[in-house]
Amino acid sequence: MNFKLKIWRQLGRDSKGKLKPYEISGISPATSFLEMLDILNEQLTAHGTEPVAFDSDCREGICGTCSLTINGEAHGPSHPAAACQLYMREFKDGATITIEPFRARSFPIVKDLVINRSALDRIVQAGGFVSARTGSAPEANSTPVPKHKADLAMEAAACIGCGACAAACPNASAMLFTSAKISHLALLPQGQPERRRRVLRMVRQMDAEGFGNCTNTYECEAVCPAEISVSFIAKMNREYAIASLGERLGE
Amino acid sequence: MIGTLDSRVPAGPLPEKWRRHQNNSKLVAPNNRRRFEIIIVGTGLAGGSAAATLAEQGYNIKSFCYQDSPRRAHSIAAQGGINAAKNYQNDGDSVYRLFYDTIKGGDFRSREANVYRLAEVSNSIIDQCVEQGVPFAREYGGLLANRSFGGAQVSRTFYARGQTGQQLLLGAYQALCRQIAAGTVTMFPQTEMLDLVLVDGHAKGIITRDLITGEIVRHAADAVVLATGGYGNVFYLSTNARGCNVTATYRAYKKGALFANPCYTQIHPTCIPVSGDYQSKLTLMSESLRNDGRVWVPKRKEDCGKPPNDIPEADRDYYLERKYPSYGNLAPRDISSRSAKEVCDEGRGVGPGGRGVYLDFKDAIARLGEATIRERYGNLFDIYEKITGDNAYKAPMRIYPAVHYTMGGLWVDYNLMSNVPGLHVIGEANFSDHGANRLGASALMQGLADGYFVLPYTLPNYLAGQIGKRPSTDHPEFVKAESEVRERTKRMLDVDGKRSVDSFHRELGLLLWDKCGMARNAPGLQEAIARIPQLREEFWNNVTVPGYGENFNQSLERAGRVADFLEFGELMCRDALARDESCGGHFRQEHQTPDGEAVRDDENFADVFAWEYQGDGAEPKLHPEPLVFESVHLATRSYK
Ligand SMILES: Cc1cc2nc3c(=O)[nH]c(=O)nc-3n(C[C@H](O)[C@H](O)[C@H](O)COP(=O)(O)OP(=O)(O)OC[C@H]3O[C@@H](n4cnc5c(N)ncnc54)[C@H](O)[C@@H]3O)c2cc1C
Ligand code: SF4
Ligand code: FES
Repeated sequence: MNFKLKIWRQLGRDSKGKLKPYEISGISPATSFLEMLDILNEQLTAHGTEPVAFDSDCREGICGTCSLTINGEAHGPSHPAAACQLYMREFKDGATITIEPFRARSFPIVKDLVINRSALDRIVQAGGFVSARTGSAPEANSTPVPKHKADLAMEAAACIGCGACAAACPNASAMLFTSAKISHLALLPQGQPERRRRVLRMVRQMDAEGFGNCTNTYECEAVCPAEISVSFIAKMNREYAIASLGERLGE
Repeated sequence: MIGTLDSRVPAGPLPEKWRRHQNNSKLVAPNNRRRFEIIIVGTGLAGGSAAATLAEQGYNIKSFCYQDSPRRAHSIAAQGGINAAKNYQNDGDSVYRLFYDTIKGGDFRSREANVYRLAEVSNSIIDQCVEQGVPFAREYGGLLANRSFGGAQVSRTFYARGQTGQQLLLGAYQALCRQIAAGTVTMFPQTEMLDLVLVDGHAKGIITRDLITGEIVRHAADAVVLATGGYGNVFYLSTNARGCNVTATYRAYKKGALFANPCYTQIHPTCIPVSGDYQSKLTLMSESLRNDGRVWVPKRKEDCGKPPNDIPEADRDYYLERKYPSYGNLAPRDISSRSAKEVCDEGRGVGPGGRGVYLDFKDAIARLGEATIRERYGNLFDIYEKITGDNAYKAPMRIYPAVHYTMGGLWVDYNLMSNVPGLHVIGEANFSDHGANRLGASALMQGLADGYFVLPYTLPNYLAGQIGKRPSTDHPEFVKAESEVRERTKRMLDVDGKRSVDSFHRELGLLLWDKCGMARNAPGLQEAIARIPQLREEFWNNVTVPGYGENFNQSLERAGRVADFLEFGELMCRDALARDESCGGHFRQEHQTPDGEAVRDDENFADVFAWEYQGDGAEPKLHPEPLVFESVHLATRSYK
């Protein structure tokens, strides 16, 4: 298969970037999207030009490293999937494909298609954990957890931390990411003692990082490779309302 | 000079050793812990759990990873599960049985005391992870669920859908985040360790490169912990993440740390077969699928091209069930992989190139219904469909073995300290617990055992004598190590040749897969040992690394890793050649029974092979550590 590519090239964080055209041919339909970029990079290298910087690690949709906006969609046209799980058979032969980094004001560009997502780590650092000192845990089966609750917690916990939700959102909101962690821990008995403190801190950190608000466009859910449901955002808002009321009452 | 290797295994009966060792271990008083700085390289299950726990105890931790976030360490990709001896299924499991299965699974090439300790702390890991909020699968009654894994006849594997590694790592990552917020851990993401610094023979620091700015930095500490994972990517194609590398452990080896059993690599039986030469990695289909899937190939070569559903039962060869009736499809990984290779070598493989076997769920779907199978393995079936375009509910999956895990690693004693004082090694990066073959669901167990429950107790044995001995980064050893790193980086950029880094990596990988993969023999290994130095030579004369050292440069990152693989690959082959027996994942064709089973030689090879670097181009020196078996009898492994 043959493709025309338009790829975002940008030297560094403060440089100006632009889309540059490339052509690539002889691609097998079973090639993954990132492998197609590997092939392009081999060709660029052979011509003595600098290859396109793009991030990936696991290449199986679990580490959350890859972060491409393909034809305007975070992670590209195949859902639910991360960019590394996209195969060229999904595209028409001869198609023009535009490749840009995830764009959100809290994710500055490092180079070309590589971005800095440390804002997401800081949201977790603000409170996305259970303070369980190593060695102090009770016997695991001493607290049964109803299966449906454990399953729902797992659904929220499946978030891979890629940031596509924020990249897809017209407001660059990281609510889907944040609500997934808050819901995961709020659904489990082990998450209860810090439940209120957690939601207050995480939401405030999210705002401090400059992520926008949710206006219910649900673009996030549409691109999320881990199929995180927007209903968790509703849950987070409820959790936040209760916690801030509690805070005002001094509880 | 290295004298005889002292494993520091404590005396006493096996079940007593760990407790006694804990009781006799040194302690560092809480007010003194603050005075120590510890470098931990790696944020996977091993490094993440160690950093969180040691920081919680009051030490100052510097934590490093090459990814943009500690949460992305390769442990995230583990699918199947984690073992523990809880005996929740009331099927007769015990610490002893988990220990025995693990040591037998490793083909009696691991240290008894280490493996026993691993089994012993396994239960605490489950308690700890549940307390952190890891959403393990549960039964309707709310209790934890289990499944079976290869090499065991009990059901002791805990899991979180097909994402167990992800959930366990997020647990450790969140614990780490808590410490980062508390200021006890300083996190250095996107920072690669490029060398180890020794001062007076002790590991006292590292040299790193900031992958964003290209800055080379010196870091001093009171002790260094490597938790940098496995080196499976030496084969180029593997189930490992793209960035997995041997650099940290290999650099330590070049500074005097012994590398143990480098040839022990695990080839996982159930991966999606290679589809073309553009391929960048292989994808694992969790072994848990073998609980319900049946492995087969056509009995006759002529049938290999037919659609699988058109081949009647009578014409199928369920070769694992036939050869290993008591374990059947759950035979251990080395055996299952080799059997797949055998039937494909016979010309009975299926799919493009004839390198594949079927994994069939037809019977399980008939017995349990598609919904149950979907619930158990839905995400794996989805992954399979995304990659191959085929629906495995309708026709069997096609699978083939792929490089997956490396049992070898830096040599460590019972304290998880290498022969270099102060240098500790945990997780997949060390060699200690899996012998010549690792059983499924035991790497996650080992990583977390090392990080949460072993290192925090054993590290003080080293630290106790080290108060106030942290050198300044102006020490001549730091200056020297830094200039060596700079020099090497510059050399790589200056070659300005014709071949890309990846092309060298691919060539090395193919060579190793061919000569040092599922089956090995002396002439093949000798050939590889002769070829690798030539390839290395060509690399240093003809590689092209575009860009500069002073900024973000992925070609340069890869070049550094490949340069190390090009040296390490030779060490692997030398180890494989020296080990003139078959054991576990190391199958020397010269040593097999008439029906193709591995033949061990306990008389001559019941040792760990630890290799000492002797200078570039010189043959490394072998230090065997005899394995002493006090409690188990060295049996011929049988899964029939
Ligand atoms: C696809 C797959 C599935 C698996 N499934 C299972 C399973 O079901 N059950 C099981 O028990 N095991 C499984 N395993 C094995 C298991 O996941 C690994 O052995 C284990 O997670 C390794 O953990 P670790 O902490 O030692 O290393 P890793 O998780 O690999 O972490 C390595 C860390 O070191 C860092 N690092 C590496 N080199 C450098 C450097 N030079 N400088 C700075 N940082 C560096 C990395 O950034 C990373 O943080 C699986 C493995 C794979 C590949
Ligand atoms: S919620 Fe979905 S899109 Fe957002 S970070 Fe998590 S996995 Fe990515
Ligand atoms: S590279 Fe890991 S999710 Fe895409």
